Amino acid sequence: MVYHERGAWAGLIGAIATVSIYAVLVLTGARGGELAAVDWFPPMLWSIGCGVGVSIVITILWGIVAGIRDRASATASDIRDRDVARFGGRVEHALLGLAGIGVIVLCALGADVFWIASAMFLGFAVSTFVGGIARIVAYRRGLV
Amino acid sequence: MVKPTRVTNGIRSRREEAGITQADLARRVGVTRQTLIAIEQGKYSPTLELAFQIARAFEVGIDDLFQYPGD
Repeated sequence: MVYHERGAWAGLIGAIATVSIYAVLVLTGARGGELAAVDWFPPMLWSIGCGVGVSIVITILWGIVAGIRDRASATASDIRDRDVARFGGRVEHALLGLAGIGVIVLCALGADVFWIASAMFLGFAVSTFVGGIARIVAYRRGLV
Repeated sequence: MVKPTRVTNGIRSRREEAGITQADLARRVGVTRQTLIAIEQGKYSPTLELAFQIARAFEVGIDDLFQYPGD
């Protein structure tokens, strides 16, 4: 597995961790009450930080294992990685666009800031997740 | 999601005839072994420049290595 494919897997796992941590923190904070009443900003920062941390740790540990197996190609990348990254980026941008439209709609409807922020947060997380899936599929099934 | 390529290639047979490993050929043309495998299996269409580099590694023309239906 090439360096950038490992990165795609790490990003995918990081995105899942980010959303999971945010959901747990918000639901715990709500204690069965109104979700919009939760102070959403600290949980969001924590979940983003933890998700990024998880991705970095996975990348480093997996990189060490790959380096032990084949040091020369552990961090190698080439034009296919660039093409796959471009393909994954297109998928991400499309989903981010949809999330942006969702945020505008929520603002127009006068939704609570909690829902606006959470919608954008979810948009980032989903676009990262689906973009990661697209990259992995491109690596596994081909990109022609 | 991804349209299969109609371009086929004879890289694998040429490589085996010449007794070159995937790793050696990949190193020679400046790509990873995984990319060379993907090209051999038709899962990745190389750029024109990379196709020329691979053909040059076997000292053949690009037409001798890559085929397109109707050729």
